[in-house]
Amino acid sequence: MSQTPENKKGQVETTGHVWDGDLREYNNPLPRWWLWAFYGTIVFAVVYWILYPAWPYAGTFTKGIETVSFTVQDKDGKTSTVTEHWNSRALFNKDMESSPSALAQKEWLAKVKDMSFAQIAANPDTLNFATSMGHALFGDHCAACHGTGGQGVLSVNPDGSYPNLTDNNWIHGDSYEKIVSDITNGIHGNMPAFGALFKGEKLNDLAQYVLSLSHQEGVNEEAANRGKASFATCAGCHGANGQGNQMIGAPNLTDKVWDFVDVPGAKTIDEKVKLVEGVIDHGLQHQMPKFGDRLSPEQIRLLAVYVRQLGGS
Amino acid sequence: MSSVDLTEKEPELYQAREPIHPKSIKGRFRRFKTSVLVLAYGIFFLLPWLRWERPVGPDQAVLFDIPGRRFYLFDLVIHPQDIFLLAGFLILAAWLLFFVTGLVGRAFCGYFCFQTLWTDLFMKVEYWVQGDRNKRLKLEKQPWNFEKWGKKGLTFLIWSAIAFWTGFSFAAYWADAPQLFAAFFTGHAVSAAYITTGILMLTTLVAAGFAREQVCIYMCPYARFQSVMFDKETLLVSYDVHRGEGSSGRKPLQKGLMTLEERHALGTGDCIDCKLCVQVCPTGIDIRDGLQLACISCGLCIDACNEIMTKRGWPEGLIRYASEQEIETGEKPSLLKFRTIGYGIATILVTGALIYGLLSIKPADFSVRQIRQPLFVMMSDGSIQNNYEMKINNKTQKPMDLRLDLEGLRGAEVSIGGGFTDLKIPADQTRNYRIHVRAPAVSGVGRQEITFKLVDAQGRMAPISQESSFNYK
Repeated sequence: MSQTPENKKGQVETTGHVWDGDLREYNNPLPRWWLWAFYGTIVFAVVYWILYPAWPYAGTFTKGIETVSFTVQDKDGKTSTVTEHWNSRALFNKDMESSPSALAQKEWLAKVKDMSFAQIAANPDTLNFATSMGHALFGDHCAACHGTGGQGVLSVNPDGSYPNLTDNNWIHGDSYEKIVSDITNGIHGNMPAFGALFKGEKLNDLAQYVLSLSHQEGVNEEAANRGKASFATCAGCHGANGQGNQMIGAPNLTDKVWDFVDVPGAKTIDEKVKLVEGVIDHGLQHQMPKFGDRLSPEQIRLLAVYVRQLGGS
Repeated sequence: MSSVDLTEKEPELYQAREPIHPKSIKGRFRRFKTSVLVLAYGIFFLLPWLRWERPVGPDQAVLFDIPGRRFYLFDLVIHPQDIFLLAGFLILAAWLLFFVTGLVGRAFCGYFCFQTLWTDLFMKVEYWVQGDRNKRLKLEKQPWNFEKWGKKGLTFLIWSAIAFWTGFSFAAYWADAPQLFAAFFTGHAVSAAYITTGILMLTTLVAAGFAREQVCIYMCPYARFQSVMFDKETLLVSYDVHRGEGSSGRKPLQKGLMTLEERHALGTGDCIDCKLCVQVCPTGIDIRDGLQLACISCGLCIDACNEIMTKRGWPEGLIRYASEQEIETGEKPSLLKFRTIGYGIATILVTGALIYGLLSIKPADFSVRQIRQPLFVMMSDGSIQNNYEMKINNKTQKPMDLRLDLEGLRGAEVSIGGGFTDLKIPADQTRNYRIHVRAPAVSGVGRQEITFKLVDAQGRMAPISQESSFNYK
């Protein structure tokens, strides 16, 4: 490599490096604007490191000096300002407190807070708000058992069944107040096991009678007639005619709706009888947790509005 | 004076722009151009400030309300579902452009294009501040002294003000103009308003102040494909080369070549090579070089040439709107050619379709969606219930009172969630309802086609219906 001062005017500048006698290295510098833009990106990066979360070190990271502030309101209505380091979670929190949709939601909540259930239901707008918010709450807290549409689960196994909320059958009553109290306090459904009392023929007769109450096809009339006497044991809860008792959550046995065993899904009368026998034999233990300490009273009210309108009540 | 000549020379990859300082000119085409400019600016700058009272919605005559998802055009309110009308409008604009271009060439470029209009205004500012062509050229050459800084600075200042107001006026179409005005200058407007105004101000300044004819020549795609809409009968700004050049070319006025008779006797053409047509051209071309891409058909060279011809007492029209065929053979172009008729029919058809579309906008629409969880429910009496989610959108400016009918299901009972019996939809609003349909169980039937029908209780609207289905199992 030798140095030759060969740069002539009008030609592309060379670095002066020459190899093999005639191989020259051209010097084509970048455009100046490009270079300045490059320096600009470096300055931008340094400013960014200072302002925003950037560098990881020893189990944590530089937080940056940029912050996000927003006001939050606690349960008693007191407002306070929260300031967090800038990050996407803080931005999300801010949005949840002060975005236009969050503010609109708060406005609606304030509007329906002091309305009676009847007033909420009488206006399409407030009903819409209550049901759409109720729908979201239902999805978060109720859908795991009752299904996303409130359709419940009806299984051959009584312990694997969850009541359908979209029919017009209410085990515990359909008043708003009752629904609110059920969600708040939870539900203990308990039917004792009668396996010790009814066995064999007797059990079959009783099951046949229970099925005859809702006019199931193929019921053995004779057996049902025999079973009628045994039903006296059941009448304490289900009523003399089997029409149930919403006060204690005893289902109506005379309608077509089955809440805990899949009688409508059973193909033959024998299968149906077997399902009912199982319930009489083992009883039923059902529990819905209480949501009073998970949800605010307002949320429960909106949930009640949503649940009540599921079946068209 | 350099001209951008794209017909002969090999274009270079890049060349620094040489500023063009067109001379101002008076004449027919200048007047037409100015009147279009005044009309267009009148509409663009004043329209957002026109108030228009509506029963529902903003009081602005033209408002493109993006957050509210409504386009307000006087008494016409466009909802998102009718936005296809915009496509119809764009198609109409395209056909109209083809039609006009086939007939009179690049007239759109010369008179109506934003680039032309704003460049024209910016040039007028230059003219007011710096004087006409000669003074501007002199100013260009002189060193940067107080006078040059002052004049150039003032020009730039006025340009910036116009560019700013252009940007702001555009932003005012998307928000309530007076409110935006107040918010903008107190610093309370949404950032989108500042960004829009800023970007438009900047692009206006660059495009109309500095890029000018380069936009028409290098950036505009329309310049590239308009030639396919031309034919031999398209009216173009043309230099009558036979008349201008004669048999021995153009010669300036000189002794022995002062009158037409003298010139014709010596075979010299009518063009006296005064170069006024070049000086007035906003894209800096010489029309005498023939049809070229950079010509935007503004006709200012026609005004310039006619002025000279009139002064000499010679007939006008050495440069005029003429077809290629006319220049070659002297035949007047026929307006009723296949291409014009075709474009004309297409334009009329699209206009008709657009008007039909506008007239047949439904006053309300609704959708019914079956709730699938669960698809059907057995009720305590053994009947089957299906639930539906119904959305009714009242697009009119008056409240609607509707009744829901169901067809196709025997013994069906329909109830509206919340126990409503009538559907009162406020003006310009959407309502959601949950609909419960109950029918006796039918053995052996799985699914039944049904039709929901909304009937206007006041009878102002023809019933509208939606198909759905009822499931038994």
